Amino acid sequence: MKAKDIAELLDEPACEHNKKEKSGCAKPKPGASAGGCAFDGAQIALLPIADVAHIVHGPIACAGSSWDNRGTRSSGPTLYRIGMTTDLTEQDVIMGRGEKRLFHSIKQAIDNYSPAAVFVYNTCVPALIGDDVDAVCKTATERWGVPVVPVDGAGFYGTKNLGNRIAGEAMFKHVIGTRDPDPVPEAGRREGIKVHDVNLVGEYNIAGEFWHVLPLLDELGIRVLCTLSGDARFREVQTMHKAEVTMMVCSKAMLNVARKMEDKYGIPWFEGSFYGITDTSQALRDFARLIDDPDLTQRTEALIEREEKRIRSALEPWRERLAGKRVLLYTGGVKSWSVVSALQDLGMKVVATGTKKSTEEDKARIRELMGEDTKMIEEGGAKELISIVHEYKADILIAGGRNLYTALKARIPFLDINQEREFGYAGYAGMLELVRQLALTIESPIWSSVREPAPWGDYGDSIEPLQLTEVPEVSHG
Amino acid sequence: MAEINKRKKALAVSPLKASQTMGAALAYLGFNRSMPLMHGSQGCTAFAKVFFVRHFREPIPLQTTAMDQVSSIMGADDNIVEALKTISEKQKPALIGLCSTGLAETQGCDLNGAVGTFRRRHPEFDKVAVVSANTPDFSGCFETGYALALKGIIESLVPESDRAGRRQRQVNVLCGSFLTPGDLEYICDTIESFGLRPLLIPDLSGSLDGHLPSEEYSPLTTGGLTLDELATCVESRATLVIGASLVESGQLLEQRSGVKSYNFSHLHTLQMVDRWLMTLAEISGSEVPGRWRKHRAQLQDAMLDTHFMLGQLRVAIAADPDLLLAMHDLVVSMGAEVVTAVASARGPALTELALPQVQIGDLEDLEQDAREYRAELLIGNSHLAETSHRLHAPHLRAGFPQYDYVGGFQRVWCGYRGIQQTLFDIANLKLSQHEEIKPYHSIYAQKQDGEPTMRMAAGA
Repeated sequence: MKAKDIAELLDEPACEHNKKEKSGCAKPKPGASAGGCAFDGAQIALLPIADVAHIVHGPIACAGSSWDNRGTRSSGPTLYRIGMTTDLTEQDVIMGRGEKRLFHSIKQAIDNYSPAAVFVYNTCVPALIGDDVDAVCKTATERWGVPVVPVDGAGFYGTKNLGNRIAGEAMFKHVIGTRDPDPVPEAGRREGIKVHDVNLVGEYNIAGEFWHVLPLLDELGIRVLCTLSGDARFREVQTMHKAEVTMMVCSKAMLNVARKMEDKYGIPWFEGSFYGITDTSQALRDFARLIDDPDLTQRTEALIEREEKRIRSALEPWRERLAGKRVLLYTGGVKSWSVVSALQDLGMKVVATGTKKSTEEDKARIRELMGEDTKMIEEGGAKELISIVHEYKADILIAGGRNLYTALKARIPFLDINQEREFGYAGYAGMLELVRQLALTIESPIWSSVREPAPWGDYGDSIEPLQLTEVPEVSHG
Repeated sequence: MAEINKRKKALAVSPLKASQTMGAALAYLGFNRSMPLMHGSQGCTAFAKVFFVRHFREPIPLQTTAMDQVSSIMGADDNIVEALKTISEKQKPALIGLCSTGLAETQGCDLNGAVGTFRRRHPEFDKVAVVSANTPDFSGCFETGYALALKGIIESLVPESDRAGRRQRQVNVLCGSFLTPGDLEYICDTIESFGLRPLLIPDLSGSLDGHLPSEEYSPLTTGGLTLDELATCVESRATLVIGASLVESGQLLEQRSGVKSYNFSHLHTLQMVDRWLMTLAEISGSEVPGRWRKHRAQLQDAMLDTHFMLGQLRVAIAADPDLLLAMHDLVVSMGAEVVTAVASARGPALTELALPQVQIGDLEDLEQDAREYRAELLIGNSHLAETSHRLHAPHLRAGFPQYDYVGGFQRVWCGYRGIQQTLFDIANLKLSQHEEIKPYHSIYAQKQDGEPTMRMAAGA
């Protein structure tokens, strides 16, 4: 990928981060960086497409330590969970055999696994030696009649976020708009209910959580043409251009897809979330608003009333246990909004939140939502997070999996909010899982056992460095 | 000696191999106040970190030189200097372990040159030891990367010396990458039981054993071998090398210091543990302590009890070479048959493997062979779980990574007790799969059973 193309992807006019002084896309600092690369972002964004053979073109590290490593669920094919890589050898690199190996690899994947399509993820080494992945994919498509899509997201191009956009760009360029949707199936036709087609972008069906929401959309007559990319199929991605509305779920990562579909196909989009009662209802209302069908609006309001009533009564006993508990929320970006809403629905108090990726507008919204005295955390090193937990007397840290064991070492209750988690929190029903997980860690009886010293006065940390002086030295001669 | 079948296809499917770079990082993690530094794109480190965090369920110190588009093309050796400086400043480590990725090696990095530049530019950090290893992920595997890092540590941190044996009670142990923190504790126990003092190189039992330290947060390893301790290894009485991949490091140490090395492929069979204890008895001049004699007798009894389940058991193993050999020897010593063996890459252990052939390959290769030869037990990392479901064959988790199995990272495999537990576990897996003979209903039978009543099942 050329530097110009990368710059173009980094410049996303629909993203409010674009204008502000904080861009969130700063250059990583050697020796003090965390977080994934562009390849990581590209792969994460597309891997949930379940019937595709995902081939990582590169030496082993890129696929070897990352395959089958995500909480996303499929209702059908499991092909996406099979790790595939060209596993380039030294000979391939030196002799320039990478393209040839890739070409044969694509054939092997098609022959053995009959995928709906093949996605080829470029990585650092082949990008550096100049493998022409686009050309190989084009030739392979022509030769074997299966769509082979290049995703040129070598790690050194930039951050995970850039990788998400590269993935979105690849879908927009090569897949979206290549097939029209199927007619509405018989089972989906109901007297008096007009079916409306929509897309979701940035919903990954972590732990199957979108299945808490999908039945509600079905009930309303909202057909999800495609979720990019949770539980998606290649043939669904192809039809996204025919939707009436796109919802950007919890993330600006693939905003370029929504924006470009608006520009090219006139599909309006909105940002929303399915975390928490308030936001779930809001998302349903936004669909109805943009689709602008009075009947749908009316049925949506009725559904919201029924569901909210049901979930609020189910949550009542949990509210008593969790209300007033103090939370340090460290997720960054839009995701925190959605979670804040869920926590406030439970009467919990967010005492501090990460704002590393937030714009000035975001921060104003934080103050408005959470009050003036909410601590904003700019730079969230593990050490700093822990000291803020103490300073603000937080009862729990809610953050991404990477902070999990750091929190546990500091003996702090923790809830994992990122994509590797095992539990689904989306939709009204997801709130029940969320409260269960929150209570499970906050109310656990273990905390006193791990916090209090051993009866002999230390913290169980009796591992002293070996005492060299204990060993009698024997001199020669 | 097994014939080694080379990789036979273009595409690796369900990869078994983990990268050399990560193996090197693990070796560095066995030192106290250490920070492994990967020279590559920041994703290389992020993936490795997740890999280790999920396996050990611990925070893992790991940093990156964060190569970006410009430095990937124009040269990134300055990134190394900057990263070394930043880490030295911020974390004040005792050791920074530098290891290169495929990206850095393709670009043509000069690790030693960059470390030299760092030394010249930043004399204020002279106290921070820096070691390096060239570990591109397009060669070797996890095990070879670990071995390369260990060799690099001996080369740069262990001086030439003629003081071998000055510490008559101290023995070095070069610990292979396939040993768990639990195994290392066993190794220490046995050595100490002979009145000797173990010096584990590296010592993951101190750093990645899953202990709760009193400090709430440390950006570096807490525990592990200190460099002061490492420096005394030239004065030890003997070096015990566990794992064929480290024999070369043992030789290097012997050349430098004159400390004699004793090689053990593993401690996963009764015979090997016998040899281990007898070696310790010889070095220490002490008798084998009673508790090991007791454990041995218990193991013998377990072998009798479980040989019914393990005998003729058809086993498929996928692992790095050292672990592959260890697991092979263990099950074969019980009368099981290894019907297919897949290694992630070549390694010296494969030459010791008493099998007609071993495949260099991936878990798809293993699955195909396991299906064809009707394997009854699969041994390998967590990625084999799916294969296990598809083949309806039980799965014993061993090796890296084990992300779906709590405590796997510190399971004890070595020693009489460790072997005994493995035999029990394999036997139980086998029993859970026991196939009954299908009942036959004679055409002349007078039984008049009719439809079975389902009252119990229906909860009536």
